[in-house]
Amino acid sequence: MDTLNLNEPTSGSSTSRRTFLKGGGLLLGFALLGGTTTSVFAANSAQVTEDEVKAPFAPNGFIRIDPKGTVTLVMPMVEMGQGTYTSLAMLLAEELEVDLDQVQVQHAPPNDALYANSILHIQSTGLSSSVRAFWTPLRQAGAVGRTLLIAAAAKEWGTEPATCKAAHGVVTDGSGSKHLSYGELAEAASKLPVPAADSVKLKEPKDFTLIGTPAKRVDTPMKVDGRAVYGIDTKVPGMKVAAIAISPVFGGKVKTVDEKAALAVKGVHQVVKIDEAVAVVADHLGAAKKGLEAAAIEWDDGPHATVNSADIIKELEEKSKQPGAVARNEGDAEKALGSAAQRIDAIYQVPFLAHATMEPMNCMVHMQKDSCDIWVGTQVPTLTQMFVAGVTGFPKEAIRIHNHLLGGGFGRRLEPDGTVLAVKIAKHVNGPVKVVWSREEDIQHDMYRPYYYDRMSAGLDGDGKPVAWTHRIAGSSIFARYVPQLFVNGLDPDAVEAAAEPPYALPNIHVDYVQVEPPGVPTAFWRGVGPTHNVFVVESFMDELAHAAKQDPVAYRKALLANNPRALGVLTLAAEKAGWGTPLPDGQGRGVSVAFIFGSYVAQVAEVEVGTDGAVKVNRIVCGLDCGMSVNPDTIEAQIEGGSIFGLTAALHGAITIKDGRVEQSNFDNYLPMRIDEVPVVETHLIKSAEAPGGIGEVPTSIVSAAVTNAIFAATGKRVRTLPVDPEMLKSSS
Amino acid sequence: MLSSDFSARVNSTFPPAPATLEEAMAYNLKINGTAHSVDVDDDTPLLWVIRDVLGMTGTKFGCGAALCGACTVHIDGVATRSCITTVDSIGDSAITTIEAIGETPQGAALQKAWLDLEVVQCGYCQSGQLMSAAALLTETPKPTDEDINSAMSGNVCRCGTYQRIRAAIKQAAEA
Repeated sequence: MDTLNLNEPTSGSSTSRRTFLKGGGLLLGFALLGGTTTSVFAANSAQVTEDEVKAPFAPNGFIRIDPKGTVTLVMPMVEMGQGTYTSLAMLLAEELEVDLDQVQVQHAPPNDALYANSILHIQSTGLSSSVRAFWTPLRQAGAVGRTLLIAAAAKEWGTEPATCKAAHGVVTDGSGSKHLSYGELAEAASKLPVPAADSVKLKEPKDFTLIGTPAKRVDTPMKVDGRAVYGIDTKVPGMKVAAIAISPVFGGKVKTVDEKAALAVKGVHQVVKIDEAVAVVADHLGAAKKGLEAAAIEWDDGPHATVNSADIIKELEEKSKQPGAVARNEGDAEKALGSAAQRIDAIYQVPFLAHATMEPMNCMVHMQKDSCDIWVGTQVPTLTQMFVAGVTGFPKEAIRIHNHLLGGGFGRRLEPDGTVLAVKIAKHVNGPVKVVWSREEDIQHDMYRPYYYDRMSAGLDGDGKPVAWTHRIAGSSIFARYVPQLFVNGLDPDAVEAAAEPPYALPNIHVDYVQVEPPGVPTAFWRGVGPTHNVFVVESFMDELAHAAKQDPVAYRKALLANNPRALGVLTLAAEKAGWGTPLPDGQGRGVSVAFIFGSYVAQVAEVEVGTDGAVKVNRIVCGLDCGMSVNPDTIEAQIEGGSIFGLTAALHGAITIKDGRVEQSNFDNYLPMRIDEVPVVETHLIKSAEAPGGIGEVPTSIVSAAVTNAIFAATGKRVRTLPVDPEMLKSSS
Repeated sequence: MLSSDFSARVNSTFPPAPATLEEAMAYNLKINGTAHSVDVDDDTPLLWVIRDVLGMTGTKFGCGAALCGACTVHIDGVATRSCITTVDSIGDSAITTIEAIGETPQGAALQKAWLDLEVVQCGYCQSGQLMSAAALLTETPKPTDEDINSAMSGNVCRCGTYQRIRAAIKQAAEA
C-alpha cells in the first residue's frame, strides 16, 4: 500500500476540509508557540467539522486517526527528494506507537498559523531545517495521542492507564489478554481531557524502535512506475498548456510579436503578451513551442543590455577594498597581522550558479472571477499565496494552492516568481492554463546563487599557528530582498554564515560583508546557502595556512580544534577511514575540509587525480558526519551521496556568466551536470550521537568543494581560488 | 473549488479524443500495447503526444534536446529520447513507457532493486533512468561498469543518485 496519499484534496477550502475530516475519530494537532514550545490539541474529528468556526484552536490539525485505525499526517514540509515525508512520519510513529506503514502522508494546504516551520517562522522547506524544527513537536503530538488512546482503553477496561501498553497501533492491558486497536479507540479518545504537551513523557533514545533505523521512504513506490505527480504533471478538465519566452536581457520588454504566425500553428489557441514575456497557449507543448518560435519575438532590451560578468567582477573587486558591515570582531586582527611572523593574503571567487532542477519551472493557474487555483510544487506555499494576492488583488483565502511533489528544489522553489508569471499570463486566458518553461528559460531566468568575491588575510606566528584572520565577503544580499527585517546595518547573515564562526580557535578575527548588487541579475538561495560559498573559502584558506606552516593539513586543523570535540571527532573519523597519510600514485592527491554547518559537524576527504591535460577526476569522497541523533540513517547517507555530487558538479563545472545582459548558458550541454561516468564513490561514516538532530540536506554540498580543491593542490601544487575548477590552469606544462 | 470528486476528475482521460473529421489525418501509435490515434503536426515530438495529448505523465520533460534522458521511452525495445523523436518517425513501432515497463522481467527486476536500495530522491529523472536501465539489461544482461557508464551517461540526475543507480542495476542483473 502506498503510504503517500496524494489523491485526496488538501486545499484550504472548507469543502475539502470536511471531506478530509468526515467520519469522526481522533484529531491531533499542535501549534508552535514562540518558535520553540509546543501545545498539542486533540478533539473528535466530526466535532471539529461542526464547530470549526468557534473551535478554540485552529481545526486543520496535523494528525488524524480514523475509526479504521489509519493515521493521516498532514505534512507541513514539502518532499523534494530529501526524504522528509518519511523522516517526519517516523517522528510521529515512534511516539504514537504505530508502524510506519500505518501513517498516510498528505501535502498540507498553505497556512502559516498552522504549519509554520519553527526555525524559519513561515511554512517553508529550506535551510535543512525540517527534522530540526519538528523533532520535538511531532514527537510530543505522537505522545499525547498515545496517552489519550491508552487512557481510552483503560477507561473501557476499568483499569489504570499505567498498567496498559501501546504497540503497533494496539493497546493491551496489564494481563496481556485484552486488546483494543487505535481505530476502535479513536472516537473515545477524542472525548478525553488532553494532557499538556510537556507533561507527557517522551521515549528515551534507547527505547526507539523506528528512529535511527533505515526506513523505507513513503514516496519511493510511486516514483518508480510513473505514478508520482509533480506540479508539471497536473491535469484538470479544460486545461491548456503554454510555452513561454521571457526577455533574454534581464528587465527587457516585448517589442513585437508575430501573433498571426503563431496562431497559424495547428493546436495553438492564443498568444498572450505581457510586459516581460510572451506565452503561446495551445493544446499541447509541441504546438505551443512551435507557435512560440513562429512568433519571432523582438525585444526592447532595456537598461541592462550592456551588463557583463567582467564588469560585475570588477565592481566586486573595487568595492571589496572598502570595509563592510562587521559580522565578527575579536581581538585586534589588523594589529596581529602587522606583527605576525608570516602573512598570507588571497582572493577567492565563486560564480553565479543556476539551480537547474530536473523538473523545469512550471505552474498551472485557473483564474476565476473572485478566486484562483494554483497547481505547483513549491517550498513556500504561504509566501506564494501572498505574492499571488499581490498580483490578483484577491484575499489569500481565495487563492487555493495545490502543492505537489517537487522535481528538485535546491532553493529554486523558495521563489514564487514562476507562479507570479503564470498568474499574469492566466489573467488573459479563459480556463486553466499550465505554463511550462523550457530548459533554456529555466537556466536563463533562474535567480542565481550570488557571485562572491572574498579577500582573506592571515598572520602566522613562528610556529605556524594563526594569530590573525580577516575575511571580507563582497556580493549580493539575498536577505536584503527576501527577509529585509533580518538585514540589519548592512549585514547579511546568510552571506557570512560559516565565515563568521569557523570551527577553529582563532584569537584575532575580523569578518565583514560588503553588499554589491549585480545590475539586473536576480540572486537567490542555492542549496547550501552561505556555507556553500564560505566553507570553500575558509577551508581552502586554512589549507593554505597549513602549507605555509609546512604542516600536514589534518594535523594543522586538529591542533586548532582541540576545544571542539565534535568537529575533531568527524575530522579524525574521515581522515582515518580515508587512509590519510598513506601513499597515492603520482598525479593524485588527498584533500580535507571540516565544518560545523546547519547544526551538524562534517568532514570530508577527497581523492583526486589530475591528468596532464588538467582534467580532474574525483575518485573517492569519504565523509565523517556527526549530525546528532539520526532519524533515518539511510536518508542521511543518500543525502551525503547526492549532496556531495551536487556540490561537486558546481565546483567542477558550474558557472553562469553574463554577456550583454543575457545568461550565456542555456541547457545541459553548456551548464554541465555530473553524469554517472564521472562521479566518485561517496562513503559516509556516521558518529553515533545522542545530541538533538542537525540538518543534512545542504551539509555535503557545502563541504565538498574545498576537500576537492585541496586535493588538487596536493596532487599538483596548484591552488584553486576561483570556482569552477579551470583545467587550463592545471595543465602540467602551465 | 476542489471537492471529493477531484481525484476522479483528475484521473479521467484528458483531453478528449480528436474530432472525427480530423481523425483521417491522425497518427496511429501503439503505446504499451494499446492503439492511440492522435491528430498533431508531423513534427510534434513524441514526448508531448504522450504527456499532453494522451495524458500519460510518467515520462518526463527535462531539456527538450536529448541532453538529460528524462523523457526516455522504448521504441521497439530501444531506449529513445522522446523529446526529439517526431511523431511521424515512429510508424508501426511499439512504444513502451515507464507505466508499463514493470510488465517486462527487466523492468520488474529494476523497479524492485530501485525500491530495495532506495535509489530515488526527488524522483523526477527516475522514469528515464529506469527506461535506460531496462534497455541496457535487455541488451546486456550482465553489464560491466563500463556498460553501465555508456548506457546511463545520457541520463542526468541532479539529486546525484548515480551511486545507487549503479548498484541497483547490478542487483537487478543478478535477479
